[in-house]
Amino acid sequence: MENNWAIEKKLDWIKEFWHYRELFYFFVWRDIKLRYKQTVLGALWAIIQPFFTMVVFSIFFGKFAKMPSEGAPYPIFSYSALVPWIFFTTAVGHSGNSLIGNTNLLTKVYFPRFAIPASAVLSGIFDFFIASIILLGLMIYFHIPLTLNLFFWPLLTIPLIFLALGLGLIFSSLNVKYRDIKYTIPFLIQIWLYLTPIIYPINILPDRYKVLIALNPMTGIIEVFRSLIIPNKQVDFGSLIYSVVVSVVILFIGIIYFRSTEREFADIV
Amino acid sequence: MEKSIIVENLGKKYDINKLKKDTQFREALINFAKQLLFRDQENMEVVWALKNVSFSVEKGEIVGIIGRNGAGKSTLLKILSKITYPTTGRMKIEGRVGSLLEVGTGFHDELSGRENIFLNGSILGMKKKEVSRKLDQIISFAEVEKFIDTPIKRYSTGMRLKLGFSVAAHLETDILFIDEVLAVGDVAFQKKCLDTIKELRNSGRTVLFVSHSIPTVESLCPRVIWIDKGEVREDGAVEEITNNYMSQFATVKHATGFDLTKAFEREGTGEIRFTKIEYLNADGTPKNLIRSGDSLKVRIHYRVHQSVSNPDFNFRIYTERGGKVASFGNLILGDNLSMLSLGVGYADIEIDNLNIMPDRYFINLWVYGNKEIEYIDHLVFCSTLDVEASNYYKTGRGIDKGCGITFLQYKWNFSNNSLGENSINQ
Repeated sequence: MENNWAIEKKLDWIKEFWHYRELFYFFVWRDIKLRYKQTVLGALWAIIQPFFTMVVFSIFFGKFAKMPSEGAPYPIFSYSALVPWIFFTTAVGHSGNSLIGNTNLLTKVYFPRFAIPASAVLSGIFDFFIASIILLGLMIYFHIPLTLNLFFWPLLTIPLIFLALGLGLIFSSLNVKYRDIKYTIPFLIQIWLYLTPIIYPINILPDRYKVLIALNPMTGIIEVFRSLIIPNKQVDFGSLIYSVVVSVVILFIGIIYFRSTEREFADIV
Repeated sequence: MEKSIIVENLGKKYDINKLKKDTQFREALINFAKQLLFRDQENMEVVWALKNVSFSVEKGEIVGIIGRNGAGKSTLLKILSKITYPTTGRMKIEGRVGSLLEVGTGFHDELSGRENIFLNGSILGMKKKEVSRKLDQIISFAEVEKFIDTPIKRYSTGMRLKLGFSVAAHLETDILFIDEVLAVGDVAFQKKCLDTIKELRNSGRTVLFVSHSIPTVESLCPRVIWIDKGEVREDGAVEEITNNYMSQFATVKHATGFDLTKAFEREGTGEIRFTKIEYLNADGTPKNLIRSGDSLKVRIHYRVHQSVSNPDFNFRIYTERGGKVASFGNLILGDNLSMLSLGVGYADIEIDNLNIMPDRYFINLWVYGNKEIEYIDHLVFCSTLDVEASNYYKTGRGIDKGCGITFLQYKWNFSNNSLGENSINQ
C-alpha cells in the first residue's frame, strides 16, 4: 500500500478509521471505566447531575417563579430536557479537551486522531442511558403515560451526537493551538443553557425572541425529546429538520477543520 | 531485493515564530489585527530539523541510526511512524509498522496490567484476538504474573518497562522502529531487550534502531546511518562509521598533543623538562579516538638541559578521583638508558592493549635521576586521557566502568551445563 503524501485519497481516512475501530472501542471503554473508577460515587454520578439539577430547578423555577411547564409537572418538563442536554454538554466538554488530555498518545503513536474526540463524545452514552432509566421512573411516579413514542428517544441522540462531535472536533483542534479555548467552552455552555428552552417553555417568549431561539439548533432537538414524553405536545418537525441539517453541516465543518489541522497536532500539542 | 522503506528528500521544518507565539486565542486575534493595520513583516525564524534525507532499506535489513542529541533521529522516526508530517519529500513504506518510541505508550495508571496490555496492544495496532492469543506469553515475558490484575499505578518503574516492552516485543509487524527504549531499565532487562531484538534478525523483519549505545548498535546492526544536524552524514557498514562518529567526541587535544611547557603543577630540579605528550597509533599518526582495549603509543617529548645518567621515566594513569590505575616505568622493564644527551628528544611507550574501562583519566609524568632522591621533573595531572567504550568482547555488551577499572581476557566453563551432558569439553 503506497504511502505517498502527495496523493492521499480523500476518503482513505474513513477506511483507515474502520481498520482502527477496535482502538476506538477501547478508547470509549477506557473513558467510561475511568470516569467511574476515579469517583467516589461511581455510576451514581450519571444520575446525580440531571436529577439534582432538576430538583433545584423545580424548586426555584417551577415552584417559586411559577414557571409554566406545558401541562406536565415541572420536574418532568425540566428533566426530560436535562437528560439530553447534559449528554450534549458533557460530550462537547470532554471532546473539546480530549486532544490536549492525550498528548502522550499524540506524540508517540500513530492512529487516526479522529478516534480521540469521537470516543470522548460517545463515552457519555452510558450516562445518558442510566439517566433515561430514571426518567422512566419519574414518569411512573407522576403518572405520565408511557407511549410508543419512547421508542424514538434513543434515536434522537443521533443528531445530538453529530452536533456534539462537530463542535468537539472544532474545539479540540482549536484547543491544541490556543490554550485559552478550554476556558471558553464552559462559559459558552452556560450561556447556551439559557438560549435553549430547558428551564422555560418556548411559548413564554415574545415572537421576536421565539425566532432567535429557534435559530439555536439545540432548540429543535430538545423540544422533540420533550414531545416524546409530555402528553399532547406536538412534535415540531420543522424545527427538528432544521436542527438535523444544522447538526450535519456543523459536523462536516468540524471534520474538515480537524482534518486540515491534524498534521500539526503532534508538533504543537 | 524488495525494498521495505524508501525515503526521498525528506525534510522537516519548524517555524520558531509560529511555535513561540499565538498560544492564546486573544493574542492571535490581536496579532492578526496588528498585521492588518501595520503590515508587520514577520522575520522568518526557521529550523530545519531534517533536510534532504534520502535512503532505502531492504526487507529484513536491520539498520542502526546514530547521531548526537538533537541531530534529528527521533524526528525521522516520528515521520516514518506517521506521527508527524514532513515539510518536504516523500516516503514509501511496505508493510505493517510498529513503533516503539517509548515504552508503555498508552498505559493508564488506573487500569490493571491486563487491561493495559489490551489497550497498549490495540494502540500499537494489534487486534484484540491477537492480543488474547499471546496474552500468556506477554505476561510471562514481562514477569508480572502475580500483579497482572492490580492497577499499574502500583507497579515499579521496572515492571512498567517490562510490561511495555513485552507487549511491543510480541507485535507481529513487518517493520519495527525502536527508539532508545533500551536506555533505561536494569541490566537484566536490557539483556532481555537485546536478546529479543537479536531474534528479530532471524525473523525477517525490517528494523530501524535508534540508539546512543554504540556497542549495542555495533553488535546488532550491520548497517548504520549517521544523522548529523538533520542530514545524512554517512550511510554504510557499521564499524567504519561508528569509529568516525566516536572520533568527534574524543578530546581535540588527543589530536594535537598536550603542551606541557606551561604545565600547572610542576616541580623538579630541571635537568630534563617534559614538553609535550602525544597519543598515537602504531604507525605514528595521531590517535583521535582511544577505546578500551586498543593498542596505544604514548609519545613523550622532552628537552634535556643537562645530561643525566640512568634516568627513571614514569608515566602513570590515575582515575578522576585520584586512584592509581597503572604505571609505566622504564627501569622496571630493565631498559637502561645509560646517558641521555642534550637537546630535544622523545620517548615512545608502546602499550599493546589498554584494557581499562571507558572513562576520563589523568596522567602524571615524572623522571628521577639515578639517585632517586628528588625529581628531575614532575608533572601532576598534566594530561587527560579519554578512553571510550568499545565492543571488546564482541557481544554488544559495552564494558561498563561500574564493573571495575580494568578488564581482562577470560572464559567461563560450567561443569553442569543445562544443555545436558557434562560439558567442560564443549
